[in-house]
Amino acid sequence: MLSGQVVLKIKDLVKNYDQRAVLKGLTLTVSQGEVLVVIGPSGCGKSTLLRCLNGLEPVNGGQIIFEGQYLTDPQTNWSRIRQRVGMVFQNYELFPHLTALENILLGPIKVQNKSREEALAKAEYWLNRVDLWDRRHSFPRQLSGGQKQRVAIVRALAMDPEIMLFDEVTASLDPEMVREVLDVITNLAQEGLTMLIVTHEMAFARAVADRIIFLDDGGIVEDSTPDVFFQNPATERARRFLNIFHYDDIHKPNGSLNLAKNNL
Amino acid sequence: MLDSALSVFKMGRNLARLMEGLGVTLEISCLAVALSIVLGIPIGLLMAGQRPIVKRILRLYLEFIRVMPILVLLFLFYYSLSKIWNINLSAMAVSILVFTLWGAAEMGDLVRAAVTSLPRHQWDSGRALGLTETQVSFYVIIPQAVRRLLPGVINLATRMIKTTPFVFFINLPDLVKVGQQIVEVAGFRNPLASVWVYGFIFIIYFAICYPISLLSRYLERRWPS
Repeated sequence: MLSGQVVLKIKDLVKNYDQRAVLKGLTLTVSQGEVLVVIGPSGCGKSTLLRCLNGLEPVNGGQIIFEGQYLTDPQTNWSRIRQRVGMVFQNYELFPHLTALENILLGPIKVQNKSREEALAKAEYWLNRVDLWDRRHSFPRQLSGGQKQRVAIVRALAMDPEIMLFDEVTASLDPEMVREVLDVITNLAQEGLTMLIVTHEMAFARAVADRIIFLDDGGIVEDSTPDVFFQNPATERARRFLNIFHYDDIHKPNGSLNLAKNNL
Repeated sequence: MLDSALSVFKMGRNLARLMEGLGVTLEISCLAVALSIVLGIPIGLLMAGQRPIVKRILRLYLEFIRVMPILVLLFLFYYSLSKIWNINLSAMAVSILVFTLWGAAEMGDLVRAAVTSLPRHQWDSGRALGLTETQVSFYVIIPQAVRRLLPGVINLATRMIKTTPFVFFINLPDLVKVGQQIVEVAGFRNPLASVWVYGFIFIIYFAICYPISLLSRYLERRWPS
Protein backbone atom coordinates (compact mmCIF):
# COMPACT_ATOMS: atom_id res chain seq x y z
CA MET A 1 0.00 0.00 0.00
CA LEU A 2 2.81 2.38 0.83
CA SER A 3 4.84 3.75 -1.99
CA GLY A 4 7.33 5.01 0.56
CA GLN A 5 7.71 8.50 -0.86
CA VAL A 6 7.76 11.05 1.96
CA VAL A 7 4.98 13.63 1.72
CA LEU A 8 5.28 15.34 5.06
CA LYS A 9 8.12 15.69 7.48
CA ILE A 10 7.75 17.27 10.89
CA LYS A 11 10.94 18.00 12.86
CA ASP A 12 11.09 19.09 16.51
CA LEU A 13 7.82 20.99 16.21
CA VAL A 14 7.19 23.36 19.13
CA LYS A 15 3.95 25.17 19.76
CA ASN A 16 3.10 27.31 22.81
CA TYR A 17 -0.15 28.92 23.84
CA ASP A 18 0.86 31.93 25.91
CA GLN A 19 3.43 30.38 28.27
CA ARG A 20 2.13 26.80 28.08
CA ALA A 21 3.91 24.37 25.76
CA VAL A 22 1.39 22.30 23.79
CA LEU A 23 3.76 20.58 21.37
CA LYS A 24 7.21 19.94 22.79
CA GLY A 25 9.49 19.03 19.93
CA LEU A 26 7.41 16.60 17.91
CA THR A 27 8.99 14.65 15.07
CA LEU A 28 7.00 12.64 12.52
CA THR A 29 7.25 11.49 8.92
CA VAL A 30 4.26 10.68 6.72
CA SER A 31 4.57 8.76 3.45
CA GLN A 32 2.43 8.86 0.35
CA GLY A 33 -0.84 6.95 0.82
CA GLU A 34 -0.36 6.44 4.53
CA VAL A 35 -3.28 6.68 6.95
CA LEU A 36 -2.12 7.95 10.33
CA VAL A 37 -4.53 7.94 13.23
CA VAL A 38 -3.54 10.26 16.04
CA ILE A 39 -5.01 9.40 19.42
CA GLY A 40 -4.39 10.54 22.95
CA PRO A 41 -6.02 12.15 25.97
CA SER A 42 -7.75 15.50 25.50
CA GLY A 43 -5.37 18.44 25.66
CA CYS A 44 -2.44 16.36 24.45
CA GLY A 45 -2.00 18.54 21.35
CA LYS A 46 -3.69 16.38 18.68
CA SER A 47 -5.84 19.11 17.19
CA THR A 48 -3.07 21.68 17.56
CA LEU A 49 -0.78 19.42 15.54
CA LEU A 50 -3.27 19.32 12.64
CA ARG A 51 -3.88 23.07 12.83
CA CYS A 52 -0.15 23.77 12.61
CA LEU A 53 0.11 21.71 9.44
CA ASN A 54 -2.11 24.06 7.41
CA GLY A 55 -1.04 27.25 9.13
CA LEU A 56 -4.17 27.89 11.18
CA GLU A 57 -1.81 28.05 14.18
CA PRO A 58 1.60 29.72 13.88
CA VAL A 59 4.36 27.48 15.22
CA ASN A 60 7.06 28.51 17.70
CA GLY A 61 9.87 26.22 16.66
CA GLY A 62 10.98 23.29 14.54
CA GLN A 63 10.22 22.57 10.90
CA ILE A 64 7.34 21.32 8.78
CA ILE A 65 8.35 20.17 5.31
CA PHE A 66 5.51 19.41 2.89
CA GLU A 67 6.54 18.02 -0.51
CA GLY A 68 9.98 19.53 -0.06
CA GLN A 69 8.65 22.96 0.90
CA TYR A 70 9.40 24.49 4.30
CA LEU A 71 6.04 25.58 5.76
CA THR A 72 7.84 27.08 8.74
CA ASP A 73 9.29 29.71 6.41
CA PRO A 74 7.52 32.98 7.29
CA GLN A 75 7.19 33.73 3.54
CA THR A 76 4.95 30.69 3.05
CA ASN A 77 2.01 31.35 0.74
CA TRP A 78 -0.62 29.61 2.86
CA SER A 79 -3.38 30.05 0.31
CA ARG A 80 -1.38 27.83 -2.09
CA ILE A 81 -0.53 25.24 0.56
CA ARG A 82 -4.08 25.00 1.90
CA GLN A 83 -5.38 24.12 -1.55
CA ARG A 84 -3.27 20.97 -1.31
CA VAL A 85 -4.00 20.21 2.36
CA GLY A 86 -7.69 19.51 2.97
CA MET A 87 -9.13 19.90 6.45
CA VAL A 88 -12.39 18.79 8.05
CA PHE A 89 -13.41 20.15 11.45
CA GLN A 90 -15.28 18.73 14.42
CA ASN A 91 -18.23 21.11 14.03
CA TYR A 92 -18.46 20.90 10.21
CA GLU A 93 -18.03 24.68 9.84
CA LEU A 94 -20.06 24.82 6.66
CA PHE A 95 -20.95 28.33 5.53
CA PRO A 96 -24.56 28.68 6.75
CA HIS A 97 -25.59 31.23 4.13
CA LEU A 98 -24.68 28.96 1.21
CA THR A 99 -26.30 25.75 0.00
CA ALA A 100 -24.40 22.47 0.23
CA LEU A 101 -23.42 22.78 -3.43
CA GLU A 102 -22.32 26.42 -3.14
CA ASN A 103 -20.24 25.49 -0.09
CA ILE A 104 -18.43 22.96 -2.25
CA LEU A 105 -18.03 25.18 -5.33
CA LEU A 106 -16.64 28.21 -3.47
CA GLY A 107 -13.06 26.93 -3.18
CA PRO A 108 -12.59 25.51 -6.68
CA ILE A 109 -14.14 28.58 -8.36
CA LYS A 110 -12.75 31.41 -6.22
CA VAL A 111 -9.41 29.94 -5.16
CA GLN A 112 -8.47 27.63 -8.02
CA ASN A 113 -10.22 29.74 -10.69
CA LYS A 114 -11.92 26.72 -12.20
CA SER A 115 -14.89 27.14 -14.49
CA ARG A 116 -18.29 26.53 -12.92
CA GLU A 117 -18.86 23.52 -15.21
CA GLU A 118 -15.62 21.88 -14.21
CA ALA A 119 -16.19 22.51 -10.51
CA LEU A 120 -19.78 21.30 -10.81
CA ALA A 121 -18.73 18.05 -12.46
CA LYS A 122 -16.35 17.33 -9.61
CA ALA A 123 -18.93 18.29 -6.99
CA GLU A 124 -21.47 15.99 -8.63
CA TYR A 125 -19.01 13.10 -8.60
CA TRP A 126 -18.20 13.47 -4.92
CA LEU A 127 -21.74 14.25 -3.77
CA ASN A 128 -22.94 11.11 -5.52
CA ARG A 129 -20.28 9.12 -3.76
CA VAL A 130 -21.49 10.29 -0.36
CA ASP A 131 -25.17 9.91 -1.38
CA LEU A 132 -25.99 13.60 -1.11
CA TRP A 133 -26.38 14.76 -4.72
CA ASP A 134 -30.16 15.12 -4.27
CA ARG A 135 -29.60 17.28 -1.18
CA ARG A 136 -27.25 19.68 -3.01
CA HIS A 137 -29.64 22.64 -2.82
CA SER A 138 -30.24 22.25 0.93
CA PHE A 139 -28.83 24.78 3.34
CA PRO A 140 -26.66 23.43 6.16
CA ARG A 141 -29.44 24.04 8.72
CA GLN A 142 -31.67 21.66 6.74
CA LEU A 143 -29.16 18.80 6.94
CA SER A 144 -28.48 16.34 9.75
CA GLY A 145 -25.11 16.36 11.50
CA GLY A 146 -23.89 13.37 9.52
CA GLN A 147 -25.00 14.92 6.24
CA LYS A 148 -23.31 18.22 7.11
CA GLN A 149 -20.08 16.43 7.90
CA ARG A 150 -20.21 14.50 4.61
CA VAL A 151 -20.71 17.80 2.76
CA ALA A 152 -17.74 19.25 4.66
CA ILE A 153 -15.62 16.27 3.56
CA VAL A 154 -16.69 16.76 -0.06
CA ARG A 155 -15.93 20.48 0.22
CA ALA A 156 -12.35 19.62 1.18
CA LEU A 157 -12.03 16.87 -1.45
CA ALA A 158 -13.29 19.14 -4.23
CA MET A 159 -9.96 20.97 -4.04
CA ASP A 160 -8.06 17.78 -5.00
CA PRO A 161 -5.91 17.81 -1.86
CA GLU A 162 -2.77 15.70 -1.63
CA ILE A 163 -3.32 15.12 2.05
CA MET A 164 -6.43 15.28 4.26
CA LEU A 165 -6.60 16.31 7.92
CA PHE A 166 -9.61 15.07 9.92
CA ASP A 167 -9.99 16.78 13.29
CA GLU A 168 -12.35 14.71 15.49
CA VAL A 169 -14.92 14.75 12.73
CA THR A 170 -17.39 12.46 14.51
CA ALA A 171 -17.09 13.96 18.00
CA SER A 172 -20.23 16.11 17.62
CA LEU A 173 -22.35 13.44 15.95
CA ASP A 174 -25.09 11.23 17.32
CA PRO A 175 -23.94 7.58 17.39
CA GLU A 176 -26.11 6.49 14.46
CA MET A 177 -24.54 9.17 12.26
CA VAL A 178 -20.96 8.34 13.16
CA ARG A 179 -21.01 5.30 10.91
CA GLU A 180 -22.03 7.09 7.71
CA VAL A 181 -19.16 9.55 8.13
CA LEU A 182 -16.56 6.96 9.04
CA ASP A 183 -17.58 4.81 6.06
CA VAL A 184 -16.76 7.72 3.75
CA ILE A 185 -13.32 8.11 5.33
CA THR A 186 -12.63 4.36 5.18
CA ASN A 187 -13.51 4.47 1.53
CA LEU A 188 -10.98 7.24 0.90
CA ALA A 189 -8.32 5.32 2.81
CA GLN A 190 -8.81 2.33 0.52
CA GLU A 191 -8.16 4.57 -2.47
CA GLY A 192 -4.78 5.53 -1.11
CA LEU A 193 -5.40 9.12 -0.06
CA THR A 194 -2.82 10.28 2.49
CA MET A 195 -4.63 11.15 5.72
CA LEU A 196 -4.02 12.32 9.26
CA ILE A 197 -7.00 11.48 11.44
CA VAL A 198 -7.58 12.62 15.00
CA THR A 199 -10.34 10.52 16.55
CA HIS A 200 -11.72 8.96 19.72
CA GLU A 201 -13.38 6.11 17.81
CA MET A 202 -11.00 3.29 18.75
CA ALA A 203 -12.64 0.56 16.67
CA PHE A 204 -12.50 2.83 13.63
CA ALA A 205 -8.90 3.78 14.36
CA ARG A 206 -7.92 0.15 14.49
CA ALA A 207 -9.70 -0.62 11.22
CA VAL A 208 -8.55 2.31 9.13
CA ALA A 209 -5.03 3.10 10.36
CA ASP A 210 -1.75 2.07 8.84
CA ARG A 211 -0.04 3.63 11.83
CA ILE A 212 -1.26 4.71 15.23
CA ILE A 213 0.41 7.76 16.74
CA PHE A 214 -0.22 7.97 20.49
CA LEU A 215 0.29 11.52 21.70
CA ASP A 216 0.57 12.59 25.30
CA ASP A 217 1.83 15.77 26.90
CA GLY A 218 2.91 17.35 23.62
CA GLY A 219 5.00 14.49 22.30
CA ILE A 220 4.73 11.14 20.54
CA VAL A 221 4.68 8.33 23.11
CA GLU A 222 4.05 5.46 20.69
CA ASP A 223 4.24 5.09 16.95
CA SER A 224 3.22 1.60 15.89
CA THR A 225 0.82 -0.51 13.86
CA PRO A 226 -2.78 -0.78 15.09
CA ASP A 227 -2.43 -4.45 16.00
CA VAL A 228 0.59 -3.87 18.18
CA PHE A 229 -0.81 -0.73 19.75
CA PHE A 230 -4.21 -2.12 20.68
CA GLN A 231 -3.10 -5.61 21.72
CA ASN A 232 0.23 -4.95 23.23
CA PRO A 233 1.01 -1.28 23.84
CA ALA A 234 4.64 -0.68 24.72
CA THR A 235 4.12 1.98 27.33
CA GLU A 236 2.25 2.18 30.60
CA ARG A 237 0.70 5.48 29.54
CA ALA A 238 -0.86 3.97 26.42
CA ARG A 239 -2.18 1.03 28.47
CA ARG A 240 -3.79 3.41 30.96
CA PHE A 241 -5.34 5.38 28.09
CA LEU A 242 -6.76 2.27 26.41
CA ASN A 243 -8.25 1.12 29.71
CA ILE A 244 -10.58 4.14 29.62
CA PHE A 245 -12.40 2.45 26.75
CA HIS A 246 -12.66 -0.88 28.52
CA TYR A 247 -15.47 -1.74 30.90
CA ASP A 248 -15.46 -4.69 33.27
CA ASP A 249 -18.60 -6.81 33.36
CA ILE A 250 -20.31 -6.03 36.67
CA HIS A 251 -22.92 -8.78 36.43
CA LYS A 252 -21.97 -11.50 38.86
CA PRO A 253 -22.94 -15.06 37.85
CA ASN A 254 -25.26 -15.69 40.87
CA GLY A 255 -26.09 -12.10 41.72
CA SER A 256 -28.99 -9.80 41.10
CA LEU A 257 -29.87 -11.40 37.77
CA ASN A 258 -31.32 -14.36 39.65
CA LEU A 259 -33.82 -12.08 41.35
CA ALA A 260 -35.31 -11.27 38.01
CA LYS A 261 -35.58 -14.96 37.21
CA ASN A 262 -37.39 -15.68 40.47
CA ASN A 263 -40.00 -13.12 39.66
CA LEU A 264 -40.99 -14.82 36.45
CA MET B 1 -69.17 62.85 7.56
CA LEU B 2 -67.18 62.66 4.37
CA ASP B 3 -67.93 66.31 3.71
CA SER B 4 -66.59 67.21 7.11
CA ALA B 5 -63.40 65.30 6.38
CA LEU B 6 -62.93 66.71 2.90
CA SER B 7 -63.59 70.25 4.01
CA VAL B 8 -60.59 70.15 6.34
CA PHE B 9 -58.23 69.12 3.60
CA LYS B 10 -59.77 71.45 0.99
CA MET B 11 -59.58 74.49 3.22
CA GLY B 12 -56.87 76.88 2.05
CA ARG B 13 -53.62 75.06 1.21
CA ASN B 14 -54.11 72.51 3.95
CA LEU B 15 -53.43 69.41 1.89
CA ALA B 16 -50.41 71.01 0.21
CA ARG B 17 -49.07 72.09 3.62
CA LEU B 18 -49.47 68.58 4.98
CA MET B 19 -47.53 67.30 1.99
CA GLU B 20 -44.79 69.84 2.64
CA GLY B 21 -44.70 68.66 6.25
CA LEU B 22 -44.39 65.10 5.00
CA GLY B 23 -41.52 66.30 2.81
CA VAL B 24 -39.70 67.63 5.89
CA THR B 25 -40.28 64.35 7.74
CA LEU B 26 -39.04 62.30 4.80
CA GLU B 27 -36.02 64.52 4.19
CA ILE B 28 -34.82 64.22 7.79
CA SER B 29 -35.60 60.50 7.95
CA CYS B 30 -34.01 59.50 4.65
CA LEU B 31 -30.87 61.60 5.03
CA ALA B 32 -30.33 60.70 8.68
CA VAL B 33 -30.94 56.96 8.13
CA ALA B 34 -28.66 56.88 5.07
CA LEU B 35 -25.88 58.83 6.82
CA SER B 36 -26.22 56.67 9.93
CA ILE B 37 -25.74 53.48 7.92
CA VAL B 38 -22.74 54.88 6.03
CA LEU B 39 -21.05 56.22 9.18
CA GLY B 40 -22.17 53.36 11.44
CA ILE B 41 -20.34 50.65 9.48
CA PRO B 42 -16.80 52.01 10.05
CA ILE B 43 -17.74 52.96 13.62
CA GLY B 44 -18.94 49.41 14.27
CA LEU B 45 -15.85 47.85 12.72
CA LEU B 46 -13.67 50.06 14.94
CA MET B 47 -15.80 49.08 17.96
CA ALA B 48 -15.13 45.41 17.13
CA GLY B 49 -11.46 46.13 16.46
CA GLN B 50 -8.28 45.69 18.46
CA ARG B 51 -7.50 49.24 19.59
CA PRO B 52 -8.63 49.69 23.21
CA ILE B 53 -8.48 53.51 23.25
CA VAL B 54 -10.57 53.86 20.09
CA LYS B 55 -13.02 51.33 21.49
CA ARG B 56 -13.36 53.22 24.78
CA ILE B 57 -13.96 56.56 23.04
CA LEU B 58 -16.64 55.07 20.79
CA ARG B 59 -18.25 53.29 23.75
CA LEU B 60 -18.42 56.64 25.57
CA TYR B 61 -19.99 58.26 22.50
CA LEU B 62 -22.60 55.51 22.27
CA GLU B 63 -23.49 55.68 25.98
CA PHE B 64 -23.68 59.49 25.84
CA ILE B 65 -26.11 59.39 22.92
CA ARG B 66 -28.16 56.64 24.56
CA VAL B 67 -28.69 58.40 27.90
CA MET B 68 -29.48 61.79 26.34
CA PRO B 69 -33.10 62.40 25.34
CA ILE B 70 -33.23 63.33 21.65
CA LEU B 71 -35.09 66.48 22.57
CA VAL B 72 -32.23 67.66 24.78
CA LEU B 73 -29.77 67.03 21.96
CA LEU B 74 -31.93 69.04 19.57
CA PHE B 75 -32.12 71.96 22.02
CA LEU B 76 -28.42 71.70 22.76
CA PHE B 77 -27.41 71.98 19.12
CA TYR B 78 -30.08 74.47 18.06
CA TYR B 79 -29.98 76.97 20.92
CA SER B 80 -26.63 76.46 22.65
CA LEU B 81 -24.22 76.19 19.73
CA SER B 82 -25.06 79.67 18.55
CA LYS B 83 -24.58 81.07 22.05
CA ILE B 84 -21.23 79.44 22.71
CA TRP B 85 -19.48 79.34 19.34
CA ASN B 86 -21.69 81.60 17.33
CA ILE B 87 -22.52 78.78 14.94
CA ASN B 88 -25.95 79.21 13.41
CA LEU B 89 -27.30 76.05 11.90
CA SER B 90 -30.74 75.90 10.35
CA ALA B 91 -33.34 73.82 12.16
CA MET B 92 -33.16 71.32 9.30
CA ALA B 93 -29.39 71.00 9.56
CA VAL B 94 -29.56 70.56 13.34
CA SER B 95 -32.25 67.90 12.96
CA ILE B 96 -30.26 65.89 10.44
CA LEU B 97 -27.10 66.28 12.53
CA VAL B 98 -28.74 65.10 15.76
CA PHE B 99 -30.58 62.21 14.17
CA THR B 100 -27.38 61.13 12.41
CA LEU B 101 -25.38 61.32 15.64
CA TRP B 102 -27.97 59.07 17.26
CA GLY B 103 -28.36 56.69 14.30
CA ALA B 104 -24.64 56.31 13.66
CA ALA B 105 -24.03 55.38 17.31
CA GLU B 106 -26.80 52.77 17.31
CA MET B 107 -25.82 51.49 13.88
CA GLY B 108 -22.22 51.18 15.06
CA ASP B 109 -23.34 49.03 17.96
CA LEU B 110 -25.40 46.83 15.63
CA VAL B 111 -22.43 46.33 13.30
CA ARG B 112 -20.17 45.56 16.27
CA ALA B 113 -22.62 42.96 17.56
CA ALA B 114 -23.05 41.37 14.10
CA VAL B 115 -19.32 41.08 13.45
CA THR B 116 -18.33 39.79 16.89
CA SER B 117 -21.19 37.27 17.02
CA LEU B 118 -19.78 35.36 14.03
CA PRO B 119 -17.85 32.34 15.27
CA ARG B 120 -14.07 32.52 14.76
CA HIS B 121 -14.29 29.09 13.15
CA GLN B 122 -15.91 30.56 10.07
CA TRP B 123 -12.58 32.32 9.43
CA ASP B 124 -10.65 29.06 9.93
CA SER B 125 -13.01 27.18 7.69
CA GLY B 126 -12.59 29.71 4.88
CA ARG B 127 -8.81 29.90 5.31
CA ALA B 128 -8.51 26.11 5.30
CA LEU B 129 -9.98 26.12 1.78
CA GLY B 130 -7.22 28.42 0.61
CA LEU B 131 -9.31 31.59 0.54
CA THR B 132 -7.26 34.72 1.23
CA GLU B 133 -8.22 37.00 4.14
CA THR B 134 -10.00 39.37 1.73
CA GLN B 135 -11.87 36.50 0.11
CA VAL B 136 -12.97 35.15 3.50
CA SER B 137 -14.29 38.61 4.44
CA PHE B 138 -16.03 39.04 1.12
CA TYR B 139 -17.59 35.60 0.59
CA VAL B 140 -18.01 34.30 4.14
CA ILE B 141 -18.03 36.99 6.85
CA ILE B 142 -19.74 40.01 5.27
CA PRO B 143 -22.72 38.11 3.77
CA GLN B 144 -23.42 36.56 7.16
CA ALA B 145 -22.91 39.83 9.06
CA VAL B 146 -25.33 41.64 6.73
CA ARG B 147 -27.98 38.98 7.33
CA ARG B 148 -27.59 39.37 11.09
CA LEU B 149 -27.60 43.14 10.75
CA LEU B 150 -30.74 43.65 8.67
CA PRO B 151 -33.48 43.17 11.29
CA GLY B 152 -31.69 45.56 13.66
CA VAL B 153 -31.11 48.18 10.97
CA ILE B 154 -34.75 48.09 9.91
CA ASN B 155 -35.85 48.40 13.50
CA LEU B 156 -33.53 51.38 13.97
CA ALA B 157 -34.80 53.06 10.78
CA THR B 158 -38.46 52.84 11.90
CA ARG B 159 -37.52 54.13 15.36
CA MET B 160 -35.77 57.10 13.78
CA ILE B 161 -38.70 57.87 11.48
CA LYS B 162 -41.12 57.70 14.40
CA THR B 163 -38.98 60.07 16.46
CA THR B 164 -38.77 62.83 13.82
CA PRO B 165 -41.85 64.74 15.17
CA PHE B 166 -39.56 66.00 17.97
CA VAL B 167 -38.13 68.47 15.46
CA PHE B 168 -41.19 70.66 15.90
CA PHE B 169 -39.73 71.73 19.25
CA ILE B 170 -37.06 73.59 17.28
CA ASN B 171 -39.74 75.09 15.02
CA LEU B 172 -39.35 72.82 12.05
CA PRO B 173 -42.79 72.28 10.47
CA ASP B 174 -42.80 68.53 9.99
CA LEU B 175 -45.93 66.51 9.24
CA VAL B 176 -47.16 66.41 12.84
CA LYS B 177 -46.51 70.12 13.47
CA VAL B 178 -48.37 71.12 10.29
CA GLY B 179 -51.24 68.86 11.29
CA GLN B 180 -51.41 70.50 14.70
CA GLN B 181 -51.52 73.99 13.14
CA ILE B 182 -54.33 72.95 10.79
CA VAL B 183 -56.34 71.45 13.62
CA GLU B 184 -55.94 74.65 15.67
CA VAL B 185 -57.45 76.76 12.87
CA ALA B 186 -60.02 74.35 11.44
CA GLY B 187 -61.13 73.09 14.85
CA PHE B 188 -63.20 76.23 15.47
CA ARG B 189 -65.65 75.41 12.72
CA ASN B 190 -65.16 71.65 12.43
CA PRO B 191 -65.09 69.74 15.72
CA LEU B 192 -63.95 66.55 13.96
CA ALA B 193 -60.91 68.21 12.34
CA SER B 194 -58.48 66.61 14.78
CA VAL B 195 -59.85 63.16 13.98
CA TRP B 196 -59.39 63.63 10.23
CA VAL B 197 -55.99 65.28 10.36
CA TYR B 198 -54.37 62.99 12.91
CA GLY B 199 -56.06 60.01 11.30
CA PHE B 200 -54.48 61.05 8.02
CA ILE B 201 -51.07 61.39 9.72
CA PHE B 202 -51.50 57.98 11.31
CA ILE B 203 -52.17 56.44 7.92
CA ILE B 204 -49.08 58.12 6.42
CA TYR B 205 -46.75 56.91 9.19
CA PHE B 206 -48.29 53.47 8.89
CA ALA B 207 -47.76 53.52 5.12
CA ILE B 208 -44.08 54.38 5.62
CA CYS B 209 -43.21 52.09 8.52
CA TYR B 210 -45.37 49.02 7.94
CA PRO B 211 -43.75 47.99 4.62
CA ILE B 212 -40.32 48.36 6.28
CA SER B 213 -41.49 46.13 9.10
CA LEU B 214 -42.89 43.59 6.61
CA LEU B 215 -39.59 43.56 4.75
CA SER B 216 -37.78 42.84 8.01
CA ARG B 217 -40.05 39.92 8.82
CA TYR B 218 -39.67 38.56 5.28
CA LEU B 219 -35.87 38.73 5.48
CA GLU B 220 -35.79 37.12 8.91
CA ARG B 221 -37.78 34.21 7.55
CA ARG B 222 -35.60 33.86 4.45
CA TRP B 223 -32.30 34.14 6.27
CA PRO B 224 -32.53 32.59 9.72
CA SER B 225 -29.16 32.91 11.41
